[in-house]
Amino acid sequence: MSRGKVWKYKDNINTDIIAPPESMELDIKGASAYCMSNLDPEFAKGFRPGDYFVTEHNLGSGSSRETAPLVLKELGVRVIVAMDYARIFYRNCINVGMIPVECSETNRISMGDEIDVDYKKGVITNYTKGETYACNTMPEHITKIMECGGLIPYLMEEAGKNKN
Amino acid sequence: MGMTISEKILARAAGQDSVKAGEIIWVQVDKAMMDDILGPRVEIADNLKKQNRPVWDPEKVVIVSDHYTPPANIKQANIVKFTRDWAKDNHIDNYYEFAGPCHQVMVDKGHAIPGTVVVGTDSHTTTYGALGCFSTGIGSTEMSGVLMTGKIWLKVPQSIHILWEGDLREGVMAKDVSLRTIKELGHAGATYKAMEYDGSTIRSMIMDERLCLSNMAVEAGAKVGMIGYDHVTAEYLEGQHGITDRFDWINADTDAVYERRLRFRAEDLVPQVACPHEVDNVTDVEKLEKTKVDQVYIGSCTGGRYHDLKMAAMFLKGRKVASGIRVLVSPASRDIYNQCLRDGIFNDLAGAGCTILGSTCGACLGVHSGNIGDNEVCVATTNRNFLGRMGSKTSGVYLASPLTAAASAITGYITDPREFLQEERA
Repeated sequence: MSRGKVWKYKDNINTDIIAPPESMELDIKGASAYCMSNLDPEFAKGFRPGDYFVTEHNLGSGSSRETAPLVLKELGVRVIVAMDYARIFYRNCINVGMIPVECSETNRISMGDEIDVDYKKGVITNYTKGETYACNTMPEHITKIMECGGLIPYLMEEAGKNKN
Repeated sequence: MGMTISEKILARAAGQDSVKAGEIIWVQVDKAMMDDILGPRVEIADNLKKQNRPVWDPEKVVIVSDHYTPPANIKQANIVKFTRDWAKDNHIDNYYEFAGPCHQVMVDKGHAIPGTVVVGTDSHTTTYGALGCFSTGIGSTEMSGVLMTGKIWLKVPQSIHILWEGDLREGVMAKDVSLRTIKELGHAGATYKAMEYDGSTIRSMIMDERLCLSNMAVEAGAKVGMIGYDHVTAEYLEGQHGITDRFDWINADTDAVYERRLRFRAEDLVPQVACPHEVDNVTDVEKLEKTKVDQVYIGSCTGGRYHDLKMAAMFLKGRKVASGIRVLVSPASRDIYNQCLRDGIFNDLAGAGCTILGSTCGACLGVHSGNIGDNEVCVATTNRNFLGRMGSKTSGVYLASPLTAAASAITGYITDPREFLQEERA
């Protein structure tokens, strides 16, 4: 949890916008350069690790493509904040090792705001606007998946522990 | 307490007498389906290799190279090659290539059996709900787990009961029913939930039409799109696959509990169009201002079945497509392709000036065989009209039924198919 700059978008940021068709034949690194390009060509160039990806309703609707969360992760996204998520995308986010947080007040957050998301306490602090918002808390087993870098590395680590 | 169709299938899959919505259960997967674009190449092959785990049961895995067939470039060709080689190395005999979009192949080849649990690395895996499968899309990591263990955890979804009663008017198809339902629910209205279609309108639909409804369920965010088993299902299974087993249990109990109930009168429905760039941005075709079309696309796992092409051919036979527009037809499978060839449907379509393509996902998701350019408009019988879906970010995709697509192909503008019905009668 640390302060970071917000990249803010509205409703229905779907998987085709996050991972456009023409990028699908590339590897994840190559595809990440196209992330959000139809909506905001600056996103893939400007997003820095530690920044926050924030949207409103129905984030990740559409395809089951895990490439969508993978390209976001490749660009340095660790924590996502949205009002609500499409089903497959939500599970995929956790499985690749990101934290998808739910907050009903993301409409109060703007592009470029500086925020901090404390998903253990369930509070988002907006330093730019001087506001705080409630968000859901993430159980420890989910945050552990993120710390390990995804479900598979997490399971491998757990299996290793059991052997010792 | 009674159970919905989803609850019944999941109870059986979990080996329990009953389950109820909200419960998290582990189920044995009956079929795991992968395609090329989101198949072994995305994490899955790596995950299995790292874990040094074989595929749990190669006979229960189906792989279809469909998105990148025929490949448009070397990268796509190498993805198909990788998929083909991986299938062979892992002893997956159910490997198909150039056979058409995976969902129709699953249905054509008898991999979608009523009462089973099917998962696939494609969101339109919901398609087989029409046959009474609990079938849904999953990501690569989840598929890796399924391939290693044959199991997946699922939350039993709440169900939305969608009742359509009465007879559809002439010129109105299942696609219109689907778009109208999604308009009501909203594109996230069924997120995490099961849609369960029922009523006399649905029960009188042939399987080709029912598959369209279940296919589109995910466009309302749904996990599955279920339709109960009846004589149509039974006749389809026997006719296509020689399956005479009965699956009468795949129907909801009369006291099943639903999260919500929607009710529609079929007589009130007119042809629908989903305008750019959201699937729930739906309007009556007659209310659209005159919209010029650059391309018409009749195809995909949503709108490229035999009945779809037959209906389009009914309008196009003996007519010509409007000058200056492209009309592309891609049957939803090789089996459908061959059936159209035998029945003369391609003569009618090609004779009118349509271009008959192989069976592929290509243009539907903008990866080859019919991408559209800047500011172009396409009327498509497909499932998504997202920004940049079929090509340029300044293009627009209008989703419609095969009849609306055919009518628009003839006039060059988005057109109400009922105009042609009046002409047919005159």
